[in-house]
Amino acid sequence: MLPSTFDYVAPTTLDEAVQALAAGAGDAKIMAGGQSLLPMMKLRLASPGMIIDLNGIAGLDTLEESDGTLRIGALVRHADLENSDLVRDRYPIIHDAAQHVADPLIRNRGTFCGSLAHGDPAGDWATVATTLGAELHAVGPNGAVVHSAHDFQTSMFETQLGMDQILVEARIPAPKAGQGSAYLKIERKVGDYAAAAVGVMIVLDGTTITEASIGLTNVGPLTINATDAAASLVGKSIDDAAALEEAGRLAAEISEPSSDLRGPEEYKRDLVRVLTKRALRTAGLRAQGKEA
Amino acid sequence: MSDKVMVTTTVNGEEYEAMVEPRTLLVHMIRESLHLTGTHIGCDTTSCGACTVLLDGRPVKSCTILAVQANGRELMTVEGLEAADGLSPVQEGFKEEHGLHCGYCTPGMMMTVTALLEENPNPSEDEIRKAISGNLCRCTGYVNIIKAVHYAAKKKEGAAA
Repeated sequence: MLPSTFDYVAPTTLDEAVQALAAGAGDAKIMAGGQSLLPMMKLRLASPGMIIDLNGIAGLDTLEESDGTLRIGALVRHADLENSDLVRDRYPIIHDAAQHVADPLIRNRGTFCGSLAHGDPAGDWATVATTLGAELHAVGPNGAVVHSAHDFQTSMFETQLGMDQILVEARIPAPKAGQGSAYLKIERKVGDYAAAAVGVMIVLDGTTITEASIGLTNVGPLTINATDAAASLVGKSIDDAAALEEAGRLAAEISEPSSDLRGPEEYKRDLVRVLTKRALRTAGLRAQGKEA
Repeated sequence: MSDKVMVTTTVNGEEYEAMVEPRTLLVHMIRESLHLTGTHIGCDTTSCGACTVLLDGRPVKSCTILAVQANGRELMTVEGLEAADGLSPVQEGFKEEHGLHCGYCTPGMMMTVTALLEENPNPSEDEIRKAISGNLCRCTGYVNIIKAVHYAAKKKEGAAA
């Protein structure tokens, strides 16, 4: 299967890429890893007239923590996150998710930022980004624009990213003292999308939860930020089983899964309930410096 | 139709040039322009890994990369495994342990395994299973494939000692 014809542009600077995108006037697409875009083009679900390849632009592969922020550049591959000691030690939710994005070959090519820009509610990274409260830094013809991961997706495969904007970096707040996080995903097999997945982040003072956030993958038309479930945990003890159960119940309540080959709606909703509890327990152990 | 573009790439240590349309997939350039037909097209939908090649040392699916994206980069295909002194340890492992039934997934499987052993010379069974989880064997011959990887790891270790 071949994509439709297109003009190929390989800029070496971000400015050139922004100019090319403006010249493409709505008919151009940015390609980083291409692991979602190219399959869509082969199936003719997408037929952009111009492809602007970011791979020749130096400096977009930044993966570092500086000034209290983890910076993930537009060319940071899933495998870079999977193999990063910094990520494993400081951002366990990212390390968890990275093991289960697509398959190892796709992880060598696909990117974190590309996944966010793709706007798929089945994407693992959108959940991680919303759970960690990422800032998404883009550039356009009028300069820099910052989007919040919380309301980035606007509908299935659509985001706040303007047609003339390029997502260049995701910035994630560095963990606070007492922070723990986890991502749990149920997939039928390697390479499949999640039947359901849950990301959680909590901050503990002793055993008391002082902050919480919960994101849900592939159980609705958008990535879900389960704010009620998260808010219900604040002030509760991480050892309070009833509080964790209640958070799971609220997360299941806000999810809107549809029945498909991955299972019926009731099953997926219950997965959300159970995965939320389990992820909270894991995040709790991690927040307390216990191995999990 | 978009104009053809020149792609210059190093494949198995040799420099190649090809004129391709921008929409040409890397696997088509490898097979049809460079005539290296060892790389197979399997599912053509980014699922099976039969078309796996090494791009700058990393195993990737050549059906899901544009040929132009290999411009100025280094590729290794299954034809690059054999050295002047014979089969590579991975090739020998697949032969000795019967790590193939029909052979269709084998070129891609061997490329993934070759990259694995570069990074992790002595992988555990779990690590092998995880590494090849993007390469499908429809004959389900995974047990012998895993044996082949262990064989190759031992063989490489012996050669290094």
